Amino acid sequence: MAFASKSPWVIHYDASSCNGCDIEVLAALCPGYDVERFGIINTGNPKHADIFLVTGSVNERNIDVVKEIYDQMVEPKIVVACGICACTGGIFHDCYNVIGGVDKAIPVDVYAPGCAVRPEAIIDAVVQAIGILDEKSKALAAARKGA
Amino acid sequence: MQILITVVGCILFAVLAPVVGCLLAGLDRKISARMQGRVGPPLLQPYYDVRKLLEKDHVAVNSSEGVYIAFALVFAILAGGIFFTGGNLLMCIFVITLSSLLFIVAAYSSRSPYAEVGAERETMQVMAYEPMVLLMAVAFFLVTGSFNVSSAFDQQVPVFTSIWLVFLGFLFILTIKLRKSPFDLSYSHHAHQELVKGITTEMSGPTLAKVEIMHWCESVLFLGWVGMFFIWGNPISIVVAIVVALVAFFLEIWIDNNFARVKWQALMTSAWVVALVAGGVNIGILMYL
Repeated sequence: MAFASKSPWVIHYDASSCNGCDIEVLAALCPGYDVERFGIINTGNPKHADIFLVTGSVNERNIDVVKEIYDQMVEPKIVVACGICACTGGIFHDCYNVIGGVDKAIPVDVYAPGCAVRPEAIIDAVVQAIGILDEKSKALAAARKGA
Repeated sequence: MQILITVVGCILFAVLAPVVGCLLAGLDRKISARMQGRVGPPLLQPYYDVRKLLEKDHVAVNSSEGVYIAFALVFAILAGGIFFTGGNLLMCIFVITLSSLLFIVAAYSSRSPYAEVGAERETMQVMAYEPMVLLMAVAFFLVTGSFNVSSAFDQQVPVFTSIWLVFLGFLFILTIKLRKSPFDLSYSHHAHQELVKGITTEMSGPTLAKVEIMHWCESVLFLGWVGMFFIWGNPISIVVAIVVALVAFFLEIWIDNNFARVKWQALMTSAWVVALVAGGVNIGILMYL
């Protein structure tokens, strides 16, 4: 049995755009939605995180930051793009400095569209991410046994 | 014979303390959530966390960090074994301090700026609580005439009756030892963030799992110290000690949820003032009156 799904720790990075999705991510942690019910903790440390929640689009300035956080996370790990900007670039897609969605920088596992993305949609996306996390965790355990 | 008892005690502590400590940590998170108007995670959440951490990939900035942490855990278990078999209280204090120091050295060895600041603050915390802990041992010796924890069972009345001031001082530094707010400078539990994650910034996966298990063992040991004040020559006193320890734990959760973090200057000053007043006055009375 994989325990990754029972304790998904989240790191949250607000890349750019209007910060609306950023506020919704934090709303999901508040008493109204209380994602700690599912063992979800918002950590500030990439080395402790299992799920990388990115809000906002990727631009020339922050693409290195997004890549750095992703690289510092320990396998198994999952990326969730929260909000339409993180998915595709949204209304900022044709700005001169915007590269596009998060998938232009790092591999994304779950896309949660919305402007701003609703806390329910974030929770739904994280629940989907947990399923993928479990699979990756099992694959890692199998690889370790084989090695 | 005593050494054999201590070895068996250590093995029992290594098995039982993580179970009890894990349940206490789960209860802590549940009660904290309820105090904040949330439902909170399941009671076994800390267990799930540690199992998940053990499943994670093994990543470390150097090979020595994991060894320091492993030995910090071993010494925490040894300290618990010494205490709960009625061994020498001073030895128990020294061994658990060695465990804290290895934890600090592990953070320093990573050379990460966040971990180093966390380690510096942890050192401050050790400096803040250590005088009171030592005065507690001295006061215990003055009442029972022995440093052996088992001598509490030879008493007619609990040691609390003559060193209640020391007990209050110890309750104050218990907040520092359990790393609860307002004294969670080096590292904080729950969803708080401090200096990325302070002293544990560079610890991940199985290493962090060992740190968590060490914290569970520490919690059980420190609550054991609380209970020690209420032991006398009657088996019923064990029940009294457990009840008082649980009340103290609940008080710590209440403090954790109601006070904002202080600066390290306030931590040092308050802890030393409490140690000198509570410990000094109580020991002065025991020695000269």
